Amino acid sequence: MQTAQNEAEAVAAGVATVAIPDEIMQQVAEHKGCGTSGGSGKASCGSGAGENDLPPEIWEKVKNHPCYSEEAHHHFARMHVAVAPACNIQCNYCNRKYDCANESRPGVVSEKLTPEQAAKKVLAVASTIPQMTVLGIAGPGDPLANPEKTFKTFELIAKTAPDIKLCVSTNGLTLPDHVERLSQYNIDHVTITINMIDPEIGAKIYPWIYYNKKRYTGVEAAKILTDRQLQGLEMLTERGILSKINSVMIPGINDQHLVEVNKAVKSRGAFLHNIMPLISAPEHGTVFGLTGQRGPTAQELKALQDSCEGEMNMMRHCRQCRADAVGLLGEDRSAEFTTDKIMEMEVTYDLESRKAYQAAVEKERDAVVAAKQEELQTLAGEHSDIKMLIAVATKGGGKVNEHFGHATEFQIYELSTGGAKFVGHRRVDMYCQGGYGEEDSLVTVIRAINDCHAVFVAKIGGCPKSDLKAAGIDPVDQYANQFIEQSAIAYFKEYLDKVASGEIQHVERGDAQIRQGALIAA
Amino acid sequence: MAFKIVEENCTGCCACEPECPNQAISETANGLFIIEPAKCTECIGHHDEPQCLAVCPIDLTCIIDDDYPRYQAA
Repeated sequence: MQTAQNEAEAVAAGVATVAIPDEIMQQVAEHKGCGTSGGSGKASCGSGAGENDLPPEIWEKVKNHPCYSEEAHHHFARMHVAVAPACNIQCNYCNRKYDCANESRPGVVSEKLTPEQAAKKVLAVASTIPQMTVLGIAGPGDPLANPEKTFKTFELIAKTAPDIKLCVSTNGLTLPDHVERLSQYNIDHVTITINMIDPEIGAKIYPWIYYNKKRYTGVEAAKILTDRQLQGLEMLTERGILSKINSVMIPGINDQHLVEVNKAVKSRGAFLHNIMPLISAPEHGTVFGLTGQRGPTAQELKALQDSCEGEMNMMRHCRQCRADAVGLLGEDRSAEFTTDKIMEMEVTYDLESRKAYQAAVEKERDAVVAAKQEELQTLAGEHSDIKMLIAVATKGGGKVNEHFGHATEFQIYELSTGGAKFVGHRRVDMYCQGGYGEEDSLVTVIRAINDCHAVFVAKIGGCPKSDLKAAGIDPVDQYANQFIEQSAIAYFKEYLDKVASGEIQHVERGDAQIRQGALIAA
Repeated sequence: MAFKIVEENCTGCCACEPECPNQAISETANGLFIIEPAKCTECIGHHDEPQCLAVCPIDLTCIIDDDYPRYQAA
């Protein structure tokens, strides 16, 4: 072990000019000393859950993790390093073959990194983006099919950037073999992609797996996979490691079945369930893309998420990002950190300034919560069955602070007398490119938020405003730079008043289209 | 007596490299992988099936190299 540490230090020193004073290391060690007896997440806590809804030791683990806390994802960023290209299973929604400028699927990256390059990249990003709190290894293959590269990367980063949370995303096939090591490396968060617990269904999703030096196919392969996944999940729970379950919703194949999956993973202690829409554009060349297997509509996805919500926490803010994504969820700054650029960068890891920045963020999020609570009081005593969706253009910080024309995605909130609840997001093409509006992209924007009654923006031009109105979507710019939930509740209160007075009539909206592909830099 | 990797199909994912019982697979300068024919035994005597073929994510990438006679176990 001593040899390994020395080696890691030598490598780290070689890739970055880092000097972290001992007292800071000590502070970090104390900070990391939060309870690890977790794994007992409450059934009612929701991914939007806050400090008061979760046991303190669990809250400590998720509060700055953008993937595990919906609330945190407005404020904190993550990055993935693509050190794990090999995979040990084949999925019908994945094609490892292509990568081009427009390519934007999980499983595809522009360049793979060595653990040493990855460690340098993490330092470079952490120094540039102080709200970057989480490092994940998510492929582009399976991290645990590349255990040496994955763990070497974790080891290097734990030494040079000890305040960064480490997490890993796996298909679960070899998870039982690695749980002990994950636990030794203080990996608090593990994501397993579980699309089925019924091998007959699995055979339609996985053509083969590679296990114990042999390729298995069909039902036999799916049986091994599901057994290993569930065993791995149980082992994580035993050790108090938080687990998130990713499931790809494939209409006609596993959509109804995911309710059973949800129960199975909940009963084994999973913390969070993330049901994602299938990405299956024909040009990606995946089996599902070529057979014309469609993904779900926005309503279908939300209905399934809603039906599982009673069972456990649902994640609805996943952006299905690439294995080399960098930034807040919903933005991608990976182009700023290509290997060539990183190798030229002089990096100084300034833990103190990162902490100062994060303390400021902490104040900001307290303000968001306070504003929401205050506004919620105004809904007390209101009785109405009306539920409606709104789309919000935001750059982060929990505020309505993005111009309509600059938005590459809208966040979706469901408003009811219970308050404003984050229920998803919709990716769109930027409407305004180079300062003028593009007619075609406005059509796709409207299609993407067609189920919403209103769109909240910091600013919007006259033309798109009237087109949105014509489509029945209210363009709202009166809450520019104000907190999202507070604004949404105020808007909803006003809406209910207008309905009550007969000034407007409430009508249900139609369905909306989920744009294919994960977010990449424009 | 050997498998070969079809260059235009190889994605450079490196899944095959650690599985080869003969250390016959190595990375090229452009990040793809090649099999050294003299070292390849088609996994005969080691495993029931050729490991590179079993783990490769792309069909028709690890294939028998017709330029060499099939491997004969000693």
